[in-house]
Amino acid sequence: MAEATANGDIAPDEHRSASGQLLAADGTPLKKSIRRSEARARLRAFLLVAPLLIFVLLSFIAPIADMLFRSVENEIVADTLPRTVEALDAWDPQTGPPPEPVYRAFYDDMLEATELKIHTRLGSRLNYEESGMSSLFRKTNERRLERFDLDQPLQPQFVDLDKDWGEVEPWAVIKTFAPRYTWGYFLQAADMRLTPGGVEMAPEFEQIYLKLFWRTILLSCTITLSCLLLGYPVAWLLSNLPARSANLLMILVLLPFWTSLLVRTSAWKVLLQEQGVINDILVYIGIVSDAGRLVMINNQTGTIIAMTHILLPFMVLPLYSVMKTIPPSYLRAAKSLGATDWTAFWRVYFPQSVPGIGAGAILVFILAIGYYITPELVGGTDGTFISNRIAFHISTSLNWGLAAALGSLLLILVLGLYWLYDRIVGIDNVKLG
Amino acid sequence: MSLKLKMMMAGAGIAGAAVAGAAYAADELPACEGCADSMTVVSWGGAYQNSQQKAYSEPYAEMTGVEFVWDESSNEAVAKLRAMAEAGNITWDLVDVVASDAMRLCDEGLAEEIDFDSALAEAPDGTVATEDFGEMIVSDCFVPQIAYSTTFGYRTDVAEWNGETPDDICDVFDLEAFPGKRALEKRPINNMEWALLCSGVAKEDIYDTLETEEGQAQAFAKLDEIKDSVVWWSAGAETPQLLADGEIVMGSTYNGRLFALIEEQKQPVAMMWDAQVYDLDGWIVPAGLPEDRKARVMHFLKFATDTQRLADQAKYISYGPARQSSAPLVGQHAELGIDMAPHMPTNPENATNTFLYNYEWWADYRDDLDAKFQAWLLR
Repeated sequence: MAEATANGDIAPDEHRSASGQLLAADGTPLKKSIRRSEARARLRAFLLVAPLLIFVLLSFIAPIADMLFRSVENEIVADTLPRTVEALDAWDPQTGPPPEPVYRAFYDDMLEATELKIHTRLGSRLNYEESGMSSLFRKTNERRLERFDLDQPLQPQFVDLDKDWGEVEPWAVIKTFAPRYTWGYFLQAADMRLTPGGVEMAPEFEQIYLKLFWRTILLSCTITLSCLLLGYPVAWLLSNLPARSANLLMILVLLPFWTSLLVRTSAWKVLLQEQGVINDILVYIGIVSDAGRLVMINNQTGTIIAMTHILLPFMVLPLYSVMKTIPPSYLRAAKSLGATDWTAFWRVYFPQSVPGIGAGAILVFILAIGYYITPELVGGTDGTFISNRIAFHISTSLNWGLAAALGSLLLILVLGLYWLYDRIVGIDNVKLG
Repeated sequence: MSLKLKMMMAGAGIAGAAVAGAAYAADELPACEGCADSMTVVSWGGAYQNSQQKAYSEPYAEMTGVEFVWDESSNEAVAKLRAMAEAGNITWDLVDVVASDAMRLCDEGLAEEIDFDSALAEAPDGTVATEDFGEMIVSDCFVPQIAYSTTFGYRTDVAEWNGETPDDICDVFDLEAFPGKRALEKRPINNMEWALLCSGVAKEDIYDTLETEEGQAQAFAKLDEIKDSVVWWSAGAETPQLLADGEIVMGSTYNGRLFALIEEQKQPVAMMWDAQVYDLDGWIVPAGLPEDRKARVMHFLKFATDTQRLADQAKYISYGPARQSSAPLVGQHAELGIDMAPHMPTNPENATNTFLYNYEWWADYRDDLDAKFQAWLLR
């Protein structure tokens, strides 16, 4: 091909345009042609990943965004009682029950709400904040409201319907939770309360979530550590045995993977319970007395044992794939240079296996921190995780706002720990093989 | 030979007629105009769902040819229905839930309100449904099927008890006379009431007491006495399993589970009916179903909650039918051949001291007390 100089005395051939641009076979400028074909390749690549991208967007990003939104969303109060919220704006809870116009506005709002049968929903929502709101709103139904005499003051008639409507509390709760967005759920998730007087700590005997978060982290760390202690020698053995026995061992590591999670957890119940296999053996050989059987299940011990077992493969596999790449000759070289077994391992082998430890630990820790079936089944009261409370608020109490706030905090926590890990160990130092 | 065959056929004919007499005669079932020809029913699975299939859906399917799809999701029905309603795609036609969940669904506007007298069948003597169900109707959206109770089972072979057996709810709190582990449900409902009852509060004052901080503290103090000896359960199947394994000496669970443990599996376990708490289980129809599916559900519902059908269900499980008119029709267990009446929680001998789950009160205080209860468990 001709040299592309801008020199005018080289006659333009068929591969050049009049201005000296390179042309493709079809006569379009080469640059444009290349750009077009690159764009086509990019489009093709994009189309190939598009299904995955759409899947991740729909099934992962969107739900998380929705969850984050739910944890602050509080439109139900202002939507159901728009006039009341406005009328309560000027009212100060310190001055006693609200004035008559508030009751008028409330009457109009409730008349519409009861017709649409959405007043009980609001009652359930406000009952999360103050016990008794649920039945108060259910009682204030269409039938009762229609009997009101609008020419008389409404306040006594509401008090007549239920004396609580004459108190300050229900109105204060409505006023406090009137804004369309609230930090109330997040405060609750951190054992605090949003009250008319501002934010305050929940009473000591009601604090639960901070303890659970702390316990979740602590137990997850313990589980990660015990997975590492148990998994490291196994991975070392796997990577150093001859292929045949290594394969057999590998099957033993993978076997639990092929068994249902529930079966594995229930098996631990049979093994660990007080009248279980392990205790029976210990009593039989006389290590513990019949009255002093060990309590190993329905507590933290049960959670740690069962979850270590379940998550062990997630530690062994990354460790194994990293150790497989460490040439055995390094260890031999170290020893031939006079290192003891321990020094050779600690100074030569171990540092090279650190990326595997990092990958395994992150994998196990992140799986453990969100686990919920196993702690629920074997955790008793002191071996349950924050995820068990999240599940409770999703499926039983229906307090999705609080569940979302707890979930968001858990997400923030994990991201925070990830950042910390990156700062201390470095995320580049993680290898899956 | 042929005579014998004829006689057998005649016999079968008579038996068939008897069955048809007990059930709806096929032509008695009114036709269903513009109805969907399949329906998705949600229940609890296990022996309970089986009893519903035997008593309700199989006879109905035989008469109408409707195809039933069963979904065993009742324990998370409230959350799932809410999610379905938000997504605008309700795939369930009829959902079996406990009364407290039904009230919640009704409050949330997720369940259809039902006009009992027009939608449900009359009793054979012409009593309208609202009267026949009586006080079992606890919500506008909820058609009760059965009354069950949460009560205690205990092992009959505990040597340390010196031949004594617990017959009083307070024996659960008595670790000296009845040492050993107990199983209680991991939630405040029932446990708080029992604790107050055994710390000297009169039955009629229990909920007033429980509304106050002092009353709650009193209940927790009573539970503290046995806290170290309690295994907390969250699924109804746990207590029977723990009793069978000898892990616990007594525990609360649903009476039908204990019936199966005692009568079907012949375990050395007996029932303690004192202070049993009645609860109701029944149907709700999700709000906003398309016309044809709703018509089919209402048609089935009328059939499945009539006097005979509710009595039939008691052949398969020891739960009491919710209609008064069904009680005299309760017969023997379909396979074991034992009389079911003495095993019903409503049997007068069992029902000397009972509670009815206070739905209204718990709807108000559940969120608050549950948080306190969980915090207490963590202590």
